[in-house]
Amino acid sequence: MKIKTLADLKKIKAEVQEKIKLREQGENAGNIVQVKVAMATCGIASGAKETMSFIIEELDFRGIDAVVTQTGCMGYCYAEPTIEVTLPGKDPVVYGYVDREKARQIIDEYIVKGELVDGIIPVNYKTIDE
Amino acid sequence: MADYKMHILVCGGTGCRASQSDKIVETFKTELEMHGLDDEVKVVATGCFGFCEKGPIVKIIPDNTFYVQAGVVDVKDIVEEHIIKGRPLKRLLYHDPATKSQVTDTAHIDFYKKQVRIALRNCGFINPENIEEYIARDGYAALGSVLEMKPSEATQMVKDSGLRGRGGGGFPTGLKWEITAKEKSDQKYVVCNADEGDPGAFMDRSILEGDPHSVIEAMAICGYCIGAGKGLVYIRAEYPLAINRLKIALNQAREFGLLGNDILGSGFDFDIDIRYGAGAFVCGEETALIHSMEGYRGEPTVKPPFPSVSGYLGKPTNVNNVETFANIPVIFNKGVEWFKSIGTENSRGTKVFALAGKVNNVGLIEVPMGITLREVIFDIGGGIRGGKKFKAVQTGGPSGGCLTEQHLDTPIDYDNLIAVGSMMGSGGMIVMDEDDCMVSIAKFYLEFTLDESCGKCTPCRIGNKRLHEILVKITSGNGIEEDIERLRVLGNVIKETSLCGLGQTSPNPVLSTLDNFYDEYLAHVNDKKCPAGQCKDLVHYEINANACTGCTLCFRNCPVGAISGEKKMPHYIDQSLCIKCGVCFEKCRFKAISIV
Ligand SMILES: Cc1cc2nc3c(=O)[nH]c(=O)nc-3n(C[C@H](O)[C@H](O)[C@H](O)COP(=O)(O)O)c2cc1C
Ligand code: SF4
Repeated sequence: MKIKTLADLKKIKAEVQEKIKLREQGENAGNIVQVKVAMATCGIASGAKETMSFIIEELDFRGIDAVVTQTGCMGYCYAEPTIEVTLPGKDPVVYGYVDREKARQIIDEYIVKGELVDGIIPVNYKTIDE
Repeated sequence: MADYKMHILVCGGTGCRASQSDKIVETFKTELEMHGLDDEVKVVATGCFGFCEKGPIVKIIPDNTFYVQAGVVDVKDIVEEHIIKGRPLKRLLYHDPATKSQVTDTAHIDFYKKQVRIALRNCGFINPENIEEYIARDGYAALGSVLEMKPSEATQMVKDSGLRGRGGGGFPTGLKWEITAKEKSDQKYVVCNADEGDPGAFMDRSILEGDPHSVIEAMAICGYCIGAGKGLVYIRAEYPLAINRLKIALNQAREFGLLGNDILGSGFDFDIDIRYGAGAFVCGEETALIHSMEGYRGEPTVKPPFPSVSGYLGKPTNVNNVETFANIPVIFNKGVEWFKSIGTENSRGTKVFALAGKVNNVGLIEVPMGITLREVIFDIGGGIRGGKKFKAVQTGGPSGGCLTEQHLDTPIDYDNLIAVGSMMGSGGMIVMDEDDCMVSIAKFYLEFTLDESCGKCTPCRIGNKRLHEILVKITSGNGIEEDIERLRVLGNVIKETSLCGLGQTSPNPVLSTLDNFYDEYLAHVNDKKCPAGQCKDLVHYEINANACTGCTLCFRNCPVGAISGEKKMPHYIDQSLCIKCGVCFEKCRFKAISIV
């Protein structure tokens, strides 16, 4: 797909934003859980790949509608692997030191029941949109 | 099943835990139980909020009230007043010294956040292997708008933004573009310096791994501004994941027509190739980097001519660092004024640091220029590990200097750091505590320089070798007082006479520790003592017979069998066998072993 003009680029941006919104919220207004796993060198070295496959399998096994994607370094190298979980209609929450055990707890308590779990990493930076 | 209506977040970061946050969590739980609220309110321990100076931090959700310096004694009041009666506790709110007002998080959601993410804006947000996610977050919009301007207009914006090079030197980026743009040539090049040789630094790797398109987009913008059709990324082969993500990103950009011919119908052609480095520190120096890309030995040459006049294959070449490029799209998307509003007069924007060493929260941080070292180390970094005492911080890696307690309140920017004897460098920041010997630290950096010196010029090749020998002499207990002066004289000669930046800055760790820790050098030389207990030749381990319980733990752990003694009787160390590994010292549970 070639983008030929700036207008094209803007159109595509709107389309992708729509697509992402749909992915995050789903057709039946808000049922999809979104999980991002920090997969830079630091995360992978601490086991982020295993964490990611575990989460994919576990959510699949339990029939939870979710999108699990990889992303770059969130900066919390001391707490790798880190993941960000966004429940429908809620602010994203970042968890640190997510091994299998922690991942299972996050699924059991946060994703299934909406209860926060120990080990949240508060967002400690401002973004360019603020 | 419990149906929680509220959550109480208690910071369990190491900084706050030192001030009893564990106990606060426990007390909250008992207090809630007493009021029969444990089914409605859940207590959760979190990681660091990055505001440790005011810890322990307690945050109430959903109303987002943010309490600072909350102690165990405050728990009862928080539960009875806030949780039960819904009245925030005024005395625990943060008191903003600037506005003299109390802030709840609800009013100023960000007041406690010291970091600002510009270069790292997409790292940890988007999937770096999917160009659509980059486009959704304004990706390539800057390129689009630049292509509708005149190259000189866009260059002027970069100039006006005040952006300076993040690779170490801090040269104004817009000015560099302008100089290269003025050169007349049939071909010019844009080079991205992703060599990142500073030990402990990984900012550039993280950007390429987390947001490769931001660098690609910026290189294309630079190409348009200076009149170059070709870009090259010079990256060390030791960064396989970054290389892989960059390759994927380049292919996607080509597929979308954002690289290649006639980009966005503007008639501008631009494409990017990758060149691999073998991981030599000197190849990060721009002239050495260019020679390495040309297939020659990675050795620097005298400047001038600068690469902007005669660079890759003798053509005008603009070299910028990865992080410098990552800032570019934001300048166009958010505007020059917005960018200038962050940072200080002479150093606009932010700087990414790889915070490492003896701090609690080791990681990648991005802070506005002008923040103090104290805020970085004690708020964002969560203070010194194990509650030890801060001793020094090294910025600028092997080219930088060691700063001390007295510099903690210096606002970080290019000029201030140079004024206090260090430099910004590419962004390595290593924190040291009371256990670190500053003479050994200087020796460590010099060892690195010795390994990495290309050997082309004499002051650096031989001078650093001699400098290192003197340090070895001092740390092994054979130094004399004149050696200290010799270090200073030789160091200054190397600085003044070396050919490239590597040699010109290599004595900095020695010179700055001499300035700031002169007494420590004297102790090594005159008293033959290492105050930090790190120099093996100057210390030995002894067992205090009164404190030793004869538990045999040291005996069992000593790798060379230097410890002997009966069970339940004091042990002793045979100094002629001891290799001073320190295992006994670490293992002893009764503090019976001392370093003398
Ligand atoms: C010994 C030495 C090593 C260097 N290593 C790097 C490096 O790893 N990355 C980098 O961007 N610049 C490095 N530089 C600085 C480059 O020579 C050059 O100034 C820089 O890439 C220019 O980009 P900037 O203006 O965007 O900072 C090094 C300089 C010296 C003297
Ligand atoms: S200063 Fe050192 S690294 Fe630079 S050219 Fe001379 S020998 Fe090579």
